[in-house]
Amino acid sequence: MKLKSRVFLGLAAVALCISGTGCTTMKTVRVHPWERGLLADTTMDPGRDAIGSAMMEHVVSSREAAAGGRGVGGAGCGCN
Amino acid sequence: MKNLSRTVLTLWALSLACIAQAQVKVGDSFPASKTVADGALPALAGKVAIVDFWASWCAPCKASFPAYGKLNATYAAKGLAILAVSVDDNPADYEKFIKKYSPPFPVALDRGHDLVGLVSVPTMPTCYVLDRHGRIRFIHPGYHGSETDEALRKEVELLISES
Repeated sequence: MKLKSRVFLGLAAVALCISGTGCTTMKTVRVHPWERGLLADTTMDPGRDAIGSAMMEHVVSSREAAAGGRGVGGAGCGCN
Repeated sequence: MKNLSRTVLTLWALSLACIAQAQVKVGDSFPASKTVADGALPALAGKVAIVDFWASWCAPCKASFPAYGKLNATYAAKGLAILAVSVDDNPADYEKFIKKYSPPFPVALDRGHDLVGLVSVPTMPTCYVLDRHGRIRFIHPGYHGSETDEALRKEVELLISES
């Protein structure tokens, strides 16, 4: 079998699997909404230390001329 | 070639297995589960029912409890039953939440996630409004304050008015 055909078949297989799982839908979420208790914990919130976050923001904005865009608020339960 | 075909088929079968868990939808009968909670679930048969899935770690769930309390006060005498099913992993968190909010309607702890797994809620919280025949008539993914309150009130009144 030619290499090109193998590559084509391989790509087709990957495309088939991606379409089958519907990666853009909720159906493939591994951690179900009701299993996110640990993700919703305060310790999973990167902004839980307000002083530490402010210091890091200062460092980033003064040394690297970049401010903001450091993630979203809250932890990871994805509620609502 | 044979190996490649076999691999493709295996991957396809695995991908199909991933989507096997289906969510219940409007028109379906609400699934029954005898393994939920410590005791028997309240009888919902013959009543208009709201079944709400919540967790102590879910902020919108906390906001929804007073609203369900008001609905219960207004419509319980007219035939509305509310059941709030917790999906908490830790029973202590569940107990603490119940102690704090003292809901005036029945609550249950879905210890093994059996019922919520059958229903496969799309988000937390999600509530299902059932008619007197146990069919799902309305689904509310998430709790959106007065918008959800108003919709629930209208739906409950509609279902109660149905004989």
